[in-house]
Amino acid sequence: MHLTVINKFKLKGCILGVMQKHIISMRDFSRDEIDIILEKARTFEPVARGGSSSLLSGKILATLFFEPSTRTRLSFDTAMKRLGGNVIDLGALEASSVAKGESLADTIRVIASYADAIVLRHPKEGAARMAAEYSSVPIINAGDGAGHHPTQMLLDLYTIMRESSLSGLRIALVGDLKYGRTVHSLAYALSLYHADVTLVSPQQLKMPDVIKKDLEKQGAHIRETTRIEDVIGDIDVLYVTRIQKERFPDPAEYLKVSGSYRITEKLLEKANDNLIIMHPLPRVDEIDPAVDKTGYARYFEQSFYGVPVRMAVLAMAMGAK
Amino acid sequence: MSEKDMRVRRIEHGTVIDHIKGGQALNVLHILGISGSTKAVVSVAMNVQSDVLGTKDIVKVEDRELKQEEVDRISLIAPGATINIIRDFKVIEKHIVDLPEIIDGVVKCDNPNCISNSKEPVTSKFTVNKEPVELRCIYCDHMISEEIAEHLI
Ligand SMILES: [Zn+2]
Repeated sequence: MHLTVINKFKLKGCILGVMQKHIISMRDFSRDEIDIILEKARTFEPVARGGSSSLLSGKILATLFFEPSTRTRLSFDTAMKRLGGNVIDLGALEASSVAKGESLADTIRVIASYADAIVLRHPKEGAARMAAEYSSVPIINAGDGAGHHPTQMLLDLYTIMRESSLSGLRIALVGDLKYGRTVHSLAYALSLYHADVTLVSPQQLKMPDVIKKDLEKQGAHIRETTRIEDVIGDIDVLYVTRIQKERFPDPAEYLKVSGSYRITEKLLEKANDNLIIMHPLPRVDEIDPAVDKTGYARYFEQSFYGVPVRMAVLAMAMGAK
Repeated sequence: MSEKDMRVRRIEHGTVIDHIKGGQALNVLHILGISGSTKAVVSVAMNVQSDVLGTKDIVKVEDRELKQEEVDRISLIAPGATINIIRDFKVIEKHIVDLPEIIDGVVKCDNPNCISNSKEPVTSKFTVNKEPVELRCIYCDHMISEEIAEHLI
């Protein structure tokens, strides 16, 4: 039974003698374990597309968002409700104990006694790992600081699986590869699939060497360039991320750089017919809206795929068959 | 000056930590939790000539037999140190330090946004890669590979 595979968590597997099914970091997963989740998500897709199920009926999911991420929260909400479960949340943060200075550890211990699983988003890196140490129910990390966001990685992989292919994959990661930690996690996951990864970023936002080396050790083939034009003709997936204004002391420099990484119809003239374009959304102006109606755009599908993937994660975390 | 001349007196019971990389003795004491308020008799020899290391430090702690997990931490800053447990002036056990798989509460994560640096009730924990020595924070994944002694809590 595949759940036993998911149970094999490193370090924190066993608290109170009970195996937990925490979902904290991509690094906790082998490729086989990821494949199991993706296959499971595939079976939930019809339910996510407007069906309903009673798989998690009677179960309660708590969503604890200590920083706003409405879309991620709604996606978990939707996934839980489509599976027949209920959702509770913190309500207005300022009214809760957190505003009175309660530690996260205490909040987790209390909420874990109400709910069957907890989705946590928190500004501190490693918050979810710590929460798992204090929780009697599974913790699902929905983003901790600039750190891990495993369900985002899983839905990215799922999108590639559904809209392109994970085997023999040639992918370009575009944007802020220096500070964009979620791109680092995605690159790590891609390395498990021995993907051919081209890193496309302005010179000042290149991926740190230590991370590149780690990826190569895992089996990724890494190339680097500063120009999308160099790779657009020989990739299957173009993964676009935002370049943040804050990274540039000089606003003029920001405008110049962000302009040269904008995805336009003209740029796509040289693309493969089967290229897909992904973006974690929300976008600002990295992708020209005119691209939406081309056959390449997949970012809205990608966003939808978050629902079946989170259904799979919730079902596994709560031990549903 | 030979090592013999420099050597502090022999001890009857306790632990001798030898072949510590020169200059790291005080960090070794720190790791072992030996501070000014410790009652144990502790002798330290620093910058002793050594054929192998150039210079080395030696620490002797009387009436205390260090446990393996205590001495393993020493390898973070003094790989290759040797530990002799002494009873009745005789060496009854000899260990070479070996890095533990996880170190807990010894090194501080240098990511200011890490949960282990907040008011939460957690100690810092790292998984250890042995060659080269690299620590990875189990909370935020931050790596420490250089100047580990500077990150000791
Ligand atoms: Zn850390």
